[in-house]
Amino acid sequence: MIVHSIFFYFFSIIAIFSSLMVITSRNTINSVFFLILDFISVGCLFIMVGAEFLGMILLIVYVGAVAVLFLFVVMMLNVAEQKNSWFTGKETKHIHSGLIVGNLVLLELLVVVGGWKYKDDLMSSSTLILSNTSNTHQIGLVMYTDFILYFQLAGVILLLSMIGAILLTFRERVGVKRQSYIKQISRNPSSAVELKDVESNKGVKIDD
Amino acid sequence: MLEYFQILGQEVYKILFLLVPILVSVAMIVWLDRRVWGLVQKRRGPNVVGPFGLFQTLADALKYIFKEIIIPASANKVVFILAPIVTMTLALVAWAVIPMSEELVLSDINVGILYLFAISSLGVYGIIMGGWASNSKYPFLGAIRSAAQMVSYEVSIGIIIINVLLCVGSLNLKDIVLAQKDIWFIIPLFPMFVIFFISALAETNRPPFDLPEAEAELVAGYQTEYSGMMYAMFWLGEYANILLMCAMGSLLFLGGWLPIIDIYPLNILPSPIWMILKILFLFFLFALIKAIVPRYRYDQLMKLGWKIFLPFSLIYLVLTASSLFYFDKLPKGNF
Repeated sequence: MIVHSIFFYFFSIIAIFSSLMVITSRNTINSVFFLILDFISVGCLFIMVGAEFLGMILLIVYVGAVAVLFLFVVMMLNVAEQKNSWFTGKETKHIHSGLIVGNLVLLELLVVVGGWKYKDDLMSSSTLILSNTSNTHQIGLVMYTDFILYFQLAGVILLLSMIGAILLTFRERVGVKRQSYIKQISRNPSSAVELKDVESNKGVKIDD
Repeated sequence: MLEYFQILGQEVYKILFLLVPILVSVAMIVWLDRRVWGLVQKRRGPNVVGPFGLFQTLADALKYIFKEIIIPASANKVVFILAPIVTMTLALVAWAVIPMSEELVLSDINVGILYLFAISSLGVYGIIMGGWASNSKYPFLGAIRSAAQMVSYEVSIGIIIINVLLCVGSLNLKDIVLAQKDIWFIIPLFPMFVIFFISALAETNRPPFDLPEAEAELVAGYQTEYSGMMYAMFWLGEYANILLMCAMGSLLFLGGWLPIIDIYPLNILPSPIWMILKILFLFFLFALIKAIVPRYRYDQLMKLGWKIFLPFSLIYLVLTASSLFYFDKLPKGNF
């Protein structure tokens, strides 16, 4: 058990340290790197409590895709180092709203953890019987039976947001030549080359 | 407490027993790659150092070790040094779950295929970090290209893996191989194998999808500023990743360590040999494609990934699921 707790404290100290570094580091890129470190150590914690599926999905979705896009955007925007952090004593306008959101999240966490400690089966509405199946199977059994509606709704919401993002950034460009593979492949010398008699001083019109 | 150290010692021994052959075979595979490339172009390829030029890579590595490591003055030093280390570490840790036979596997975890997928999707960080930390325009462009490319092709690889998992009913790599006892998945899922192979080429930045390091446009892409041992580590990590993708392909589609047919002359070969033969076969295809296919344009690459592979693998997923359901062949788990 002692090894288990050594690993637990190792990962949780890294997780807390890196999440602190996310909000305090001056360089935005470093913030994103610390966010990635945070995700990875939280994933390790998930695996330690036996939720290996959740841990791996966290790694694949957040580290492998979402954080890459974060990094991508931060690098492309070329955000300069933040000049006014609240350790330097300068006033910023974001602290108040940030504090409100942070306190709300803390309150929610307290309610959830308190309720769960108060009564184990307060939140559970599923008919899952825990047995010796792997937790991937367990998640599948719950997600596609009891929570199928929420699962589908979440998918639809994600699809909507994707369509919305495409719609917002889409602009029709004029004069762009598109490549058509079928046209390219179906060309043959007899249809591609055309001989024309050019009259003097007239020229020919070549359509493209 | 003492027994923990004993277990630790045994594990370290096992890990070394896994890693040293991988590093040696990466060296051999680089030689094979260059050799195949040469033979396709009617050259001989490296044939001077050692028998058939086998030690060429070792000689190259020795050269890299003695070269100076140059760090650009304006680079972000920590990230710059971290990038090749991340690439190589990620390429090597993924081998922990690859089963070479039914018993010969370092860690037989429940979510083996997810672990492989997660590690291969982390591989992009080495490239982005290297490209950004160099603080120079060509590496940066290369890094951005590779980030977009790897994220795009991961999506279709993920859906292909789901296709295979539907036929298996388990995320364990051993179960995936054992499910192919009767028929290798390459036969019912042949289009998925083709797409997996092409996506693996794109995922590992191999030609014809080696746009992140397209030498005609971007010098050497993300590794332009790297020299000496750090360049060699990028290079080793890249080839270890290619080998890993070949191993993944042979586990998912070519029946892993299983012989072609379970009859007398074929099944006397030990299982790891079969696995190695399949990996080598896939790598031979990788090398051949490097030699014979011209490089894609960037927009063609993106179009191929998002507009052709993704819809096609989704449609095939629906087809697989519904035919499994119709013929009542869906895997029944033990729950």
